[in-house]
Amino acid sequence: MKAPDFDYARPSSLQEALALLAAGEGGAQPLAGGQSLMPMLNFRISTPEMLVDLSGLPELRGLEQTPQGLRIGAMTRYCELEAFPDLAKIQPLVAAALPHIAHDAIRNRGTIGGSVALADPAAEMPAILLALGAVISLDGPNGPRDVAADDYFLGYYETACEPDELITSILLPKIEPGDSFGFHELVQRHGDYAMAGVAIRSSGIAPLAGLRIGFFGVADRALRVTALEDALNGTDGTDIAGALSHLSEIDFQGDTKITAETRAHYAGVALKRALKEMLT
Amino acid sequence: MTGPAMIFDKPNSYIGQPTPRADAARLLAGRGRFVDDLQLPRMVHAAFYRSPYAHAKINGIDVTEARAAPGVVAVYTGAELSKHVTPYVGVLSHLAGLRSAPQHPLAVDAARWQGEPLVMVIAQTRAQAEDACELIDPDLEELPAVVDSETALDAETPVLHSEFDSNLAWERTVDVGDIDSAFAAPGVTVVERQFRFGRHTGVTLESRGTVCDYDPSEEQLTVYYSGQAPHMMQVIYSKHLGIAEENVRVISNDVGGSFGIKIHTYGDEIAAGVAAKLLNRPVKFIADRLESFMTDIHARDHVVTAKMGISEQGTIVGIDFDDLTGIGPFSMYPRTSAIECNQVLNLTGAPYAMENYRAKGRVVFQNKTLMCQYRAVGHPIAMAIADCLLEDCARSIGMDPVDVRRKNLMADDSYPRNSTSGMKLDDLSHQKALEKLTEIMDYKGLRDDQEAKRKAGVYRGIGFVSMVEVTNPSPMFYGIGGAPIASQDGATVRLDAGGALHISSSITEQGQGTNAILGQIAAGVFGVDIERVKVSTGDTKTVPYGGGTWASRGAGIGGEAMLQAAHALKEQVLEVAGVLLQTPVEALDIKNGCVVDAGTDNERMPLADLARTVYYRGNELPSDLKPELIATRHYRVSDFPFVFTNGAMAAHVEVDIETGFVKVLHFWAVEDCGRVINPMLVDEQVRGGVVQGIGGALYEECLYSPEGQLMNATMADYIVPMAAEMPEITVAHIETPTKTSVLGAKGAGEAGTGGAPAAIMNAVNDALSPLGKSIWQMPMTPERVLQVINRN
Repeated sequence: MKAPDFDYARPSSLQEALALLAAGEGGAQPLAGGQSLMPMLNFRISTPEMLVDLSGLPELRGLEQTPQGLRIGAMTRYCELEAFPDLAKIQPLVAAALPHIAHDAIRNRGTIGGSVALADPAAEMPAILLALGAVISLDGPNGPRDVAADDYFLGYYETACEPDELITSILLPKIEPGDSFGFHELVQRHGDYAMAGVAIRSSGIAPLAGLRIGFFGVADRALRVTALEDALNGTDGTDIAGALSHLSEIDFQGDTKITAETRAHYAGVALKRALKEMLT
Repeated sequence: MTGPAMIFDKPNSYIGQPTPRADAARLLAGRGRFVDDLQLPRMVHAAFYRSPYAHAKINGIDVTEARAAPGVVAVYTGAELSKHVTPYVGVLSHLAGLRSAPQHPLAVDAARWQGEPLVMVIAQTRAQAEDACELIDPDLEELPAVVDSETALDAETPVLHSEFDSNLAWERTVDVGDIDSAFAAPGVTVVERQFRFGRHTGVTLESRGTVCDYDPSEEQLTVYYSGQAPHMMQVIYSKHLGIAEENVRVISNDVGGSFGIKIHTYGDEIAAGVAAKLLNRPVKFIADRLESFMTDIHARDHVVTAKMGISEQGTIVGIDFDDLTGIGPFSMYPRTSAIECNQVLNLTGAPYAMENYRAKGRVVFQNKTLMCQYRAVGHPIAMAIADCLLEDCARSIGMDPVDVRRKNLMADDSYPRNSTSGMKLDDLSHQKALEKLTEIMDYKGLRDDQEAKRKAGVYRGIGFVSMVEVTNPSPMFYGIGGAPIASQDGATVRLDAGGALHISSSITEQGQGTNAILGQIAAGVFGVDIERVKVSTGDTKTVPYGGGTWASRGAGIGGEAMLQAAHALKEQVLEVAGVLLQTPVEALDIKNGCVVDAGTDNERMPLADLARTVYYRGNELPSDLKPELIATRHYRVSDFPFVFTNGAMAAHVEVDIETGFVKVLHFWAVEDCGRVINPMLVDEQVRGGVVQGIGGALYEECLYSPEGQLMNATMADYIVPMAAEMPEITVAHIETPTKTSVLGAKGAGEAGTGGAPAAIMNAVNDALSPLGKSIWQMPMTPERVLQVINRN
């Protein structure tokens, strides 16, 4: 379980990094925290010709509160986000979810940008971005651009980020008075990838309004079901049986642990429990 | 057995004390010496091309490109390697009828499980060896795979070994009493269930590995081995590589867990030895985690259809079951893969006095990883059959499961006696253990809580197990059947000139504290401060000959040898002291490193003075005094095939009936392992065992596709228990020393792993009982529990 040979570069500026990616013509792979990429290299599932280590790019670092919200540099590690002052007040959903993301050792190295770039369907962060209506800032040969989270996660490990682009930062919009948040995931062991999970933002709780519900660990990607959100908006969130019927829009996936059928049931349970916790 | 029983009561006896282990600080400081830490001059690295198919004919393998790859030193196919190493067959004569086919370290004609090594590449680095593996071009013809053990014996299923008429490896039947009449008797309720025990493995923190070093000038093979039985491996390397036994030295330095996994003959490790011999240089092979999952032995994988009959008054009239187990394509060498099934037949129902017992076991070949002995061999299956049926019976007749046990457990004063299956039992304490268990867990309080919680829609359950555990095996386990596995162990104790003890033993340390208890026994029996005892184990060149540490035999057998050796050395030293001090030997004793007056403890002579006189100034001794400041003793269990221990355990669980998730709230274990040498180590053995038992009950399973592909061979997909989910585990002891030794210690290593799964299953079924639902398959994954709840 040793990675095959690859070239390695550690650029010191974003421009340099983008140039390396462009020159690699798809053979260069950005390396962020390495928590998913390194095992894939060692399993020889991923065999890039070059790794472009992003750890030396000042443009991708930093956590900053702006009038628009919390701007998270793509190379911000989970542990840095966890340690950000007053995170529970600034972004309660993120603060609530972080302890569920893997384990300390992984959060010490894993980066927010890395997780979003990989877009593992069972990872928490993509669903959180959907719930919060986050904006993902990219840069590449054609210049910088912003992509809404809703337009970013396209499929199984597939995103709007082109191979020659990099995520530079992620903006979590400022929360408004009255905003409520919910998070629940079903895992056999703390820190595992979820069998199903939800991250929720609502601009009110009695009644629910402007709901954004990000599901993860259910299908090929983190996703929202707007019909389900619409069915819950305006209700008090206690009787969700009807709304749950919209889960049928999700193409639930089975794996070695559970069938698609059980996963569909768990998604409903996760939603019900997250709402219950929000409303009490 | 005679012996100085008073040694346990002396103030400086370390036996029974929670003495911290001497090697803990070293290991925590990162100073461990594991196989992969070893760097030898001119060392090269092995990687293996392994079968991608569960079953395939090998038409040929082209290794031309691999041979030419950068850094490659040598490439060996199975056909090439077989010229230098003989195949092995995993059978034992006392397991009558057991058959298996010759197995080569690297497959020659056919690949029979996914992950079987086919080609070995030796290169300057492991990465280069893996690069070269990718250049290997095999001509493999995929064959239909025998995956499902339940259809392995069907007429239309292909037979794996052409020399046999079927895929049956072994079968055995036990029939005692008249089970059919007992079940048919009036008033008898019979319950029948089909149990499924998932195939799982023992996940060691340090993976398997070896460094093999061959010195042609002395025809000497040195094998650094992460495992439990150095002398057994010495014989195996000698026999199959054609090297004189005395020219094979096997060294086990630190071992990062073993659990029975690292006590078998693995083709990749043997091939590394062959390569070292052919290349005259050291070869390192370290299994990576993927290789561990695909090639470390698996265990369990039993399908059992079982019945138990119980009278209206709660008397168990008998057990009748049929056990089918799939063991992979070969019986593992040299311990065989029939032992687990044999244990199931021997141990089921062994705590209970019943008159009728019928058991049938069948062991079948299939195209999966080989199955063999993992911690608590057969125990979790045997305990679950009897104790889960017992609680099922208890529910059927409306009796409390503890009361059913009280009625049926063998009485503590009824030994020696035999189990219904014919096992010789002595010194057991089932009744005391159960009473202590219900006391420490506050059984009544838990039942009250359960009732209150059920009213609130919370489903909690309490489950028990009363168990036996096979420990301290005699020659009847392996030696009798022709296996090169010592059943006795030796210990040497040497007094050095400085007054320190150097001790060595043939039992081995793989993380459980063997070295610590050896030091405690020697220091306590001989009479020195434990800081002055230095322990050596795990080197066939320097330690006495013996079996190693497995089947919970280290403390009971190796510990007794150490006790006898320390006692013998003490007598020898006191003889010298008597002469030097002109005092009768009976009037002297040794305490805290000094010869003292017995009774008053008045210090007469430090041991260092005595030893220096003997070693440096022998001229001061009478010429007819020839002191031996070293003593060696050996010990084996001779009156019993095994020394059984017993225990009683309970689990408290909560089942989320909306999701099927099971949370273990608390676990209690009362264990009787005879004399407790170090309560801290025994408690941790029990706790660690319980955690592995919980793993088998709730989490761990090797999942195969219908084509025989292992689908979850990573630590992300094969889930082991982790600390966050583990309950408080309360451990208590009953101490009934075995009469077979002075030390009186029995084993404690298997208890938790053997007992916990049944207790957890009982607790889950107790929780589900208001729904009229029950589960009989392990691991009890959330989905399986949910499916049972939703089943009409």
